[in-house]
Amino acid sequence: MIRTVNLQRRRTIGKLFHGLFLAATLAGVALLLVLLLEVAREGIGWLDWQFLTSFPSRFPASAGIKSALWGTVWLIALTAIFSIPLGLGAAIYMEEYARKGRLNTFIEINIANLAGTPSIVYGILGLALFVRWMALGRSVLAGALTMSLLILPTTVIASREALRAVPNSIRLAAYALGATRWQTIWSHVLPASLPGILTGIILSLSRALGETAPLIMIGALTYVAFLPKSPMDGFTALPIQIFNWSSRPQQEFYNLAAAGIIVLLVVLLSMNAVAIVLRHRSQKNLRW
Amino acid sequence: MAETLSSSLLESSHRHRRKQRWREEMIRSLLFACALVSVATTAGIVWVLARETWQFFQQVNVFSFLFGTRWTPLLEPRSFGVLPLVCGTMLVVVGAAIIAIPLGLGSSIYLSEYAADRVRGFLKPALEVLAGVPTVVFGYFALTFITPLLKAALPSTQVFNAASAAIVVGIMILPMIASLSDDAFRAVPRSLRDAGYALGATKFEVSTQIVFPGALSGVLASFVLAISRAIGETMAVALAAGATPRLTANPLQSIQTMTAYIVQVSLGDTPAGSMEYLTIFAVGMLLFLITLAMNLLGNRILRRFHEVYE
Repeated sequence: MIRTVNLQRRRTIGKLFHGLFLAATLAGVALLLVLLLEVAREGIGWLDWQFLTSFPSRFPASAGIKSALWGTVWLIALTAIFSIPLGLGAAIYMEEYARKGRLNTFIEINIANLAGTPSIVYGILGLALFVRWMALGRSVLAGALTMSLLILPTTVIASREALRAVPNSIRLAAYALGATRWQTIWSHVLPASLPGILTGIILSLSRALGETAPLIMIGALTYVAFLPKSPMDGFTALPIQIFNWSSRPQQEFYNLAAAGIIVLLVVLLSMNAVAIVLRHRSQKNLRW
Repeated sequence: MAETLSSSLLESSHRHRRKQRWREEMIRSLLFACALVSVATTAGIVWVLARETWQFFQQVNVFSFLFGTRWTPLLEPRSFGVLPLVCGTMLVVVGAAIIAIPLGLGSSIYLSEYAADRVRGFLKPALEVLAGVPTVVFGYFALTFITPLLKAALPSTQVFNAASAAIVVGIMILPMIASLSDDAFRAVPRSLRDAGYALGATKFEVSTQIVFPGALSGVLASFVLAISRAIGETMAVALAAGATPRLTANPLQSIQTMTAYIVQVSLGDTPAGSMEYLTIFAVGMLLFLITLAMNLLGNRILRRFHEVYE
């Protein structure tokens, strides 16, 4: 298999490809940096208190993201309320209760496929199911229900991994003392896996934060000059506002979009940072 | 006296047991219901898409939908040939794959075979951050950064074009290929590498002739899953690739993808039951079936692959 040509040449080839592989890796990082710098260059000058506290406007100078920001807060909060119990419940069932069998395999395959289903398809589901059939209209509630279904697979997959990391000896010890299955899960397995579960939930929610297509499908509005007061109110969200500004031809709106992107990325990155810190701490504190 | 006491104690303990058992069963059923929500979601997607698509095919012939070469559902004379949208999607996906596959594969080999732990500890999170950037941001980036660059290099580039969308979709799926392939490479047992080194192979030879073939199915799965994601990608193509359904192989022209069409229609006001409304579901059904087939294939390869080394 390995030809006995001269060693010098083989080493040169090896070095060449080492460089190429490194270059490929750095290309990804470089692209990320270019993207961040470009957004910062375009948007940082437009980012001020007025931008955060104004409603959108036809006039770029007085436009802001107040309604988008609050819409996003509403959306994520409601999504968390629906998706956390559902996702965690499903994960606990699959990891702690389900026996290996056809049904479990089927649910597993199903979740893996749902994780890869395009977000716009969830949007179509939300449009037909929540907006029309359940007659929730173009409300923040319909948006949150759609988002909950969208992030359910990621929440389940991440929570299952966290539950699986709890060693079996913990469960056996609880059973040996006479605890029931649920008592074992509630007082031992869940507390032990909590940091991992939280990490997964935060990362899933941060995905919902950036999703745009499903919200366009269910009809989140693009121009909103009010704040939602109840789950049944219409709303806009940060990514929708960014999309709206990006699709206009004037340079000023590009700047506004960039400023909106900065806000979105700052929120996303701080959520990621919290998740990374949690993961790190849980790895450090684990002493089984 | 003592006997009645112990028997009543026994009785209450029995009652307690029964109550507990009942509670345990309730909780179990509740959790099972949570697990079923995911199945219900899939069923819901299929039901919703199938019902409206059925309506659509009452008015449009299946063959003229699948093989028609003109897509003008919003203008008279209306024509519902989906091929221009499929062509637009393919143009973006092929372009994205040309960028993401070499870069992603190169990164994954570097990360798993070459990088020291410290370097890896920095590069891997950086790629995760890249993977976490919302797609609408990539759309903005394509429009305001990539397209002007392309225009400077190739003056025939249109304001909206498939190439800029393909480039950003490529950047978007790169981390997915890198991370899944990296997992596949790391699953190859160390002993195989050591055997290679013992025979005098260089690192490059071990990586490409031992580790790569050993991880091939995992790597292929990463390609399939990433391409499926590129097919379903929406916001970047809606912003950058344009809204002109067209059968073309020229990436510098404005095109429209399946996903971008769905967005275009839902941005307007479409009454339920109208023909425009139904086209969303027909195109959505096609999109769902294509990505479903690819996801099933990709996940199947992954499962097989895990069985080999575990």
